Amino acid sequence: MTPALFLFWLLGVVVVIGAVGVIVMRQPVHSALFLLLSFVAMAGLFVLANAEFLAAVQILVYAGGIMVLFLFTIMLVNVRRQAKEPFLHGQAVVATLFGLAFYAVVGGLLVGEAKKLESLGAAGAVDPARLAAVTIAGVKVAGNSQAVGWALYREYFLPFEIASVFLLVAMIGAVVLGKRTMEKVD
Amino acid sequence: MVPLTHYLALSFLLFVLGVVGVLVRRNLLTVLMSIELMLNAVNLNLVAFSRQLGDLGGQVFTVFVIAVAAGEAAIGLAIVISLYRLKGSVNLDDAAEMKG
Repeated sequence: MTPALFLFWLLGVVVVIGAVGVIVMRQPVHSALFLLLSFVAMAGLFVLANAEFLAAVQILVYAGGIMVLFLFTIMLVNVRRQAKEPFLHGQAVVATLFGLAFYAVVGGLLVGEAKKLESLGAAGAVDPARLAAVTIAGVKVAGNSQAVGWALYREYFLPFEIASVFLLVAMIGAVVLGKRTMEKVD
Repeated sequence: MVPLTHYLALSFLLFVLGVVGVLVRRNLLTVLMSIELMLNAVNLNLVAFSRQLGDLGGQVFTVFVIAVAAGEAAIGLAIVISLYRLKGSVNLDDAAEMKG
């Protein structure tokens, strides 16, 4: 087992522990903290896959932004007063069995197809260094962040702008939905 | 270098955990967290293929998925708050008006 593979599964196990914690914890605050664990370990997996910029974005947006939003909402809705939900209702058993079957069937297919792709990649053509260093318009770009930045602002400029409009719409929507009384708007 | 199959196995396991979370939990907050887990699994998949194919497109799309996840969390949590104002509860079984 190579060190990279060992590190991958170490982080992978942490990610899965976080995910299982989100599902089984009864207090939403505990679920949120397990989700944070999962997000941070996922950032480590991104670093392993030559995506350093995304690792930083993952920490900033997920662990910084989304997690704070979740914790504030948990505080606002005061779920501690809520009636406890039963841990194992009938649906849970069925859902778990469905999940196992889903994983076995689709996962098997996916891994089988990926093996074909892998044997293709082993023949050459694939070079991880391409993610960090590209040449665009005669300029040599060094580093993953710069390469992603170039791609975002040149090839993917229109989707990037659409994403910014989407975020504006989401922000206005959240403000309107979160208003205390809708009637007073009129 | 970690083989692509390992990435796929892990990301799909994470996705299935998200699906099971959505199906099992009755608390709207936890359901939203499970959806975030699924989006994260998709991100890992995109990044793994981006590395395997040496193409930056996967990483750029992951940025977009993260943007969508942020918007989804903002809107979803606003809905949670307005549902709580309406029902005094965030349990999904209490919001059953549409059952017909």
